[in-house]
Amino acid sequence: MGEFEVHRVRFFGLVPAGVRCLAWHPRGGRLALARTDGTVEIYNFAANYFQEKVIPGNEARSVEALCWAAGERLFGAGLGGDITEYDLARLCAARSVDGCGGPIWSMAANSSGTQLAIGCEDGSVKLFQVVPGGIEFERNLDRRKGRILCLSWHPSDTHIAAGSIDVLRVFNVCSGQTVQRIMVNYHVQKVKRECIVWSIAFLSSGTVVTSDSFGRVQFWDWEQGTLLESHTVSTSAVLSLAVSEKEDSIVVGTSTGATYQFQLLPVKMGSLEKRWVRTKPFQHHTHDVRAVAHSSMALISGGLDAQLVIRPLMEKVQKKGYDAALRKITFPHRRLVSCARKARLLLFQFSQHLELWRLGSTDETGKDGEVLPLCRMPEHLVQLKSKGPEHIYCSCVSPCGSWVAYSTASRFHLYRVQYEGDGVSIKKVPKVPKLLLPAYQLQFSSDSGSLFVASARGSVHVLQLLEPGGCKHLHTFRPPSGSPEAVYLLASSTDGHWLAAVSGDWAIHIYNVKCFKHHCTVPTYTCAVTALAIHPLTNNLVIAYSDQQLFEFSIPEKQYTAWSRMVQNFGLHKVWLERDSPITHITFNPKNPSHILLHDIYMFCVLDKSLPLPDNSALLMNQSTLKQLPETARQRQLHAFKICKKFQPLLFADLLDENCLVMVERPIMDIKTQLPLPIQQKKFGT
Amino acid sequence: MVAPATLRVVRCGGSTLHGARAVFSADSKQVGPYLLCASGDFVKMYSVATEETLRVMGGHADLVTGIQLNPHNHMQLYSSSLDGSIKLWDFMDGIPIKTFTVGSKLLALYTLASSEDSVFVVIPKSGERDTFQLVSVKLTKAAGQDLEAKELSVVLHGVGASPKSIAFGREGEYVASVKELNLQVYFFKQKQLNRFSLSAMKTKGGNNHFTCVACHPTEDCIATGHADGKIRLWRNFYHKKEYTFSTLHWHHDTVMDLAFSIEGTSLLSGGVESVLVLWHNESDCRKDFLPRLGSAIEYISMSSDGALCCTLHTDNRITIINSNLRFSKSIQGLIKTTDVKTGLVVDPRTKALVLNGEPGHLQFYCLQSDQQLFSLDIVQRQYIHQAGLKQADLVKVAFSAQGKWLATVEERDEVTDPELQLKLWFYDEETQSFKLNTRINTPHEDHITDMCFRDMDELEDDSLILVTAGRDCVFKVWMMVEDTDPEAQQSVSWNCDFVGSYHNYQATNCCFSEDGSLLAVSFEETVTVWDSVTWDLKCTFCHPPGKIRNICFGRLTCSKYLIGATDHGFLCCWNLLSCALEWSAHLNILILQPDPLSEYIAAVSWLSKESSLFVFKPNEPRPIYIQRNLCKEKIQLAAFVPRDEPETVGSEKYLWLRRSQLFFLTDTQELMTLSAKSLEERLTPSSKQLAVEESLPVTPFSLLLGKHRRQQSQEDIDLGKRVVRNKHEQDSPAVKELLHTPAHVLPSASFLCPIFVDSLLISKENKSAEVAADEVEMESEKAEDESDEERDVTEMEQEDTSPMELLGEMTCKLSKSQEKELRKIRKMDYSWISAF
Repeated sequence: MGEFEVHRVRFFGLVPAGVRCLAWHPRGGRLALARTDGTVEIYNFAANYFQEKVIPGNEARSVEALCWAAGERLFGAGLGGDITEYDLARLCAARSVDGCGGPIWSMAANSSGTQLAIGCEDGSVKLFQVVPGGIEFERNLDRRKGRILCLSWHPSDTHIAAGSIDVLRVFNVCSGQTVQRIMVNYHVQKVKRECIVWSIAFLSSGTVVTSDSFGRVQFWDWEQGTLLESHTVSTSAVLSLAVSEKEDSIVVGTSTGATYQFQLLPVKMGSLEKRWVRTKPFQHHTHDVRAVAHSSMALISGGLDAQLVIRPLMEKVQKKGYDAALRKITFPHRRLVSCARKARLLLFQFSQHLELWRLGSTDETGKDGEVLPLCRMPEHLVQLKSKGPEHIYCSCVSPCGSWVAYSTASRFHLYRVQYEGDGVSIKKVPKVPKLLLPAYQLQFSSDSGSLFVASARGSVHVLQLLEPGGCKHLHTFRPPSGSPEAVYLLASSTDGHWLAAVSGDWAIHIYNVKCFKHHCTVPTYTCAVTALAIHPLTNNLVIAYSDQQLFEFSIPEKQYTAWSRMVQNFGLHKVWLERDSPITHITFNPKNPSHILLHDIYMFCVLDKSLPLPDNSALLMNQSTLKQLPETARQRQLHAFKICKKFQPLLFADLLDENCLVMVERPIMDIKTQLPLPIQQKKFGT
Repeated sequence: MVAPATLRVVRCGGSTLHGARAVFSADSKQVGPYLLCASGDFVKMYSVATEETLRVMGGHADLVTGIQLNPHNHMQLYSSSLDGSIKLWDFMDGIPIKTFTVGSKLLALYTLASSEDSVFVVIPKSGERDTFQLVSVKLTKAAGQDLEAKELSVVLHGVGASPKSIAFGREGEYVASVKELNLQVYFFKQKQLNRFSLSAMKTKGGNNHFTCVACHPTEDCIATGHADGKIRLWRNFYHKKEYTFSTLHWHHDTVMDLAFSIEGTSLLSGGVESVLVLWHNESDCRKDFLPRLGSAIEYISMSSDGALCCTLHTDNRITIINSNLRFSKSIQGLIKTTDVKTGLVVDPRTKALVLNGEPGHLQFYCLQSDQQLFSLDIVQRQYIHQAGLKQADLVKVAFSAQGKWLATVEERDEVTDPELQLKLWFYDEETQSFKLNTRINTPHEDHITDMCFRDMDELEDDSLILVTAGRDCVFKVWMMVEDTDPEAQQSVSWNCDFVGSYHNYQATNCCFSEDGSLLAVSFEETVTVWDSVTWDLKCTFCHPPGKIRNICFGRLTCSKYLIGATDHGFLCCWNLLSCALEWSAHLNILILQPDPLSEYIAAVSWLSKESSLFVFKPNEPRPIYIQRNLCKEKIQLAAFVPRDEPETVGSEKYLWLRRSQLFFLTDTQELMTLSAKSLEERLTPSSKQLAVEESLPVTPFSLLLGKHRRQQSQEDIDLGKRVVRNKHEQDSPAVKELLHTPAHVLPSASFLCPIFVDSLLISKENKSAEVAADEVEMESEKAEDESDEERDVTEMEQEDTSPMELLGEMTCKLSKSQEKELRKIRKMDYSWISAF
């Protein structure tokens, strides 16, 4: 594997925001997720649960509810009182309509996706018509006091059930009248606390399922207004609830972090009498489970501890393996760290500010595994705060460390950083060219002479950086056939000749930077690109896909390399393919041209192209066993994948020089300490 | 009769009450339900209303492993036993109706209402160790009392051995069995077997092995208990893939048993926490508790009307609980603690056996009723269940002669300095219980090794003396003194009067002579004898190099002797008048126990995996009675319990059993006794035999048998079948004498061989042999008259061993001359020392 001096960086204080709501799109196989800071993320389950799109949040725009309507259109509503439609190609809020009912707590689309119902603070339920290019207000339903916290359409679209405080109501959509009103805390009259109906579901059988703050999941007959069944699942609130499409399974999430499944099971073998039975409990979260979703294969839950948990239902999984694994997604599937190799600087991107750090250094050397004492501590140089409510889309620091650039939804900033001894001065570059914003990815060329800005519609702008602090727009690359989707990944070659850009439709275009023209397109593959990089010596483009496949494409020859074909023929190791987090960064070791360095959240890997690939019978993670073997046996056991799992969770890894690595970790415990205290629970006692 | 009647080692009460789940009888109009419970080899019937033992049904030859009501007749009970038989009882009258012999060990028994004439048992799979299978046994409807049940059909392979690992589902549709990490469900109608397994790795730290299973009475739901304290409720298990389960978790340790309520709306679970948990509607959040049940819950059972439930505990207790989870009654047997530090002590007042009970308590156990009389809290501190926590425990107990005073020693076992307390309790006639009189902190610097009262019946209270011997090299004499303090609540208290020591050796034992004038204290290798008035050292005895293990004084006519056992394997008898060693014997004596009412002393030796009992009088070096191979286990403790009225004992050999009965406790906590009668005999009501006789088919054989029985009315026919089969040659006296004579005194093998071979031959003429044997018997018993009673006793004893004579035939016996010859050889041996 080779020996490296490793900078183990733990000062990136990223705290991912909690999950607020989930919307599952069964036909598209996509999950929309909104976080408490207003960020909306799209996960593509077909592409191996890859976080496909991220729409950064906005302080002024909280999201309380998300729903898919009219096919692939995504709507969000929040306490700002607006209904927002998201542009999933340009990754920004497309248009907003004021709900006119104060803060919006809930929103639901009908089964055909033509109408949206919102529940407002003032107790009104409003219907909106989804029309091409926007939504139109249609009508108000019967308004009563008390905020509407949750809504659910009957599958036949004739009725809406709405949960409020102490009460649930059923509206007739045609007449707009309240046809049933059920007090949910009727049975608990001694308790003076109010009972909040946190979540509601209307089943086609006419049963209304509610979950409330008393920890109950209750089943009601809406026509009679009677309680059919009541299950107390928790001593604290049951916050969320989701029903499977077949209506034979329900998942609920509680404020203690536990989720429970309810199943509709026959009471006796062969009899028609069925009953809802609480079956499996899961404790994957430590904090409130604010949102749950039920896909046909899995239970999905998101909590305030920022985790998205996808728990497959074993009985629905056909064969054990890839789909049967439990997935926990905590960190974004993209880089938030950029590194100035020459200046040994790290730039950390937070939602609304940037931090520039200088790495520490040491004079000493030691043996394998030793911790070396630092002679200079890592130094926090600059904190750059973004103005306004918008969150940062992307950021980058140039290899020489003297340029820093970032972009928000509406603004692009370029800074010139100067180092005088220990002091740092930062100067904003005036008069940046007016570009099509937002920028989705920024990339400096390796000589720090130009900046590539990924933009919407598949375009990439090239800016030339001028000393002592200026820039000018050189050229804009556009894919020859055009593309509606934004570019989300960029890679430039060390010699400054080539630029690779990946857009949201997963097409990889390679441009010749010297001649400012389109060079070629990498053959499209059916999965999302998670990382790509151009080899500094051979100009081969190495591409990692979300299904864990690796390709190597020779840019000069415009075809896949022999090694890549060999990999495809031989196939990658099973354990490699079953990893559940995508490769987020690829880099190379110029001293060892056959080495490719890549990493995901849980491992760091040196891929040695000169060694044979392991077959499925070999041990993939064999570094620790290799250490114990004698030299001759070791040679026989060697294979291409040299994996290190020492650093977890690994947010970023890069090679500073030929034997010096930087690893940016964010220990889960450090995040946990930043979260509010979870609900105190007694382990014993009555 | 020919062979001398042997004493039987009998398990006497105190057997564990938790061999199987208890069964409530159906509510009968008159007295309310009974509780039936397997206890050792017996089935006991208790009245739920009065907690009384109504009936003890014996007949099985080994542990009873399962009891179930006959689903077609609620007045009948099936019981299964390790002896391989299933018995059907009429428990109202205690009559065995039928015995079905299956042949192999039966480990559990289940009945089903839907199966007409078969029951289910768990038997070991032949040829394989530790594999068991569930089989259904067809119970033939043939006439006759003893039937063979050979029609077995295997239902499930690889089931667990515990009766809790199998349960039958709703209306007998399916059976569920758990073992280790697997759950098997077999559907009878569909003939479908579904297996579900848990992964062992999944839980953190805990192991999720299955421990018990219960089935919902009306729905398709199986509840399983696990070693990590979880309860899983399985549903949809007729689908191999889409099965599902939910988990209930409260217990922090193994779930020992589960039971559904009759309607299935609630589930009861119990474990080592000694808390009964009631789960409502299978919900994790709604549960009720009945805490502080005393000890771990082993079994839970429900009555058929759901009004009562009972739990069997590891400390031999049955707790009866109302349906609203209120404690109702408890039936307490002998509490078995792992370490009986106090020894077996007899309370002179109640004649109850006194020993360690619950931690820090003294239990008074009544041998006659096999129930605990009461439990006295000595330590009076809260006991905390926690592994590794050292807590004060009771180590020594002594009663004064009339049981007026009780002395207890408790210690907390710290390595550096033990925390000791000596407590003296006075029996309060008004409250009928012991009251603490004096508490002495740190009576000795180190552990107290022995303690005794001077029991002088004729003297007044003020001459009462307590002696404690300690490892701190002293013995202390404690006397009662009048309390001068007028504010003191009691008139007397105890004070140290004298401290004696000998060459700075550790004091190990102490004991008073019968008249109380002498105190013997052993200091490691030496026994010192002290005058109890002046506390002068009178004389010392020793038998180097061994250290003294036990000492005791002789009684009555033998009061001039002092007996001691050393750990080098010698039993010594010193004459106190001559101060000389009277005799000694090479025996590894563990226990030396004098009978308080006679001069006999019982000694139990332990050698190479068997215990032997020797009973002797100090004045003669020959033992009166030897019982080799008393039991396989090591005997820990023994005690003579005075009989209420002297028993008539047959031969002189058993005279020592006349006034008291010897009880002993093995290291597996079995309480045993020696009995000349079979216990079964004592307990069997006469009605049983009548019923038996009626059910006997009329054959020439039975007529013959019947005639014989009229002559000797106390026989039991139950064994009629076995009578022909067993023939124990080794009971022949010649063989016995041959084997029991020490090897170094035996004549040459060529001399013995013809005698031995002769003894094995069957004599041709029955009649003459009988006469000869009779004569021999007379001779060997020193020509004492045998009463008719004695004959009966011996015969009863012999039913098992040589039953042929009942049928007029004879087992082989030695001729008179041969017998004499052997006896002569034995008499050459002057000491009865056996060279082991």
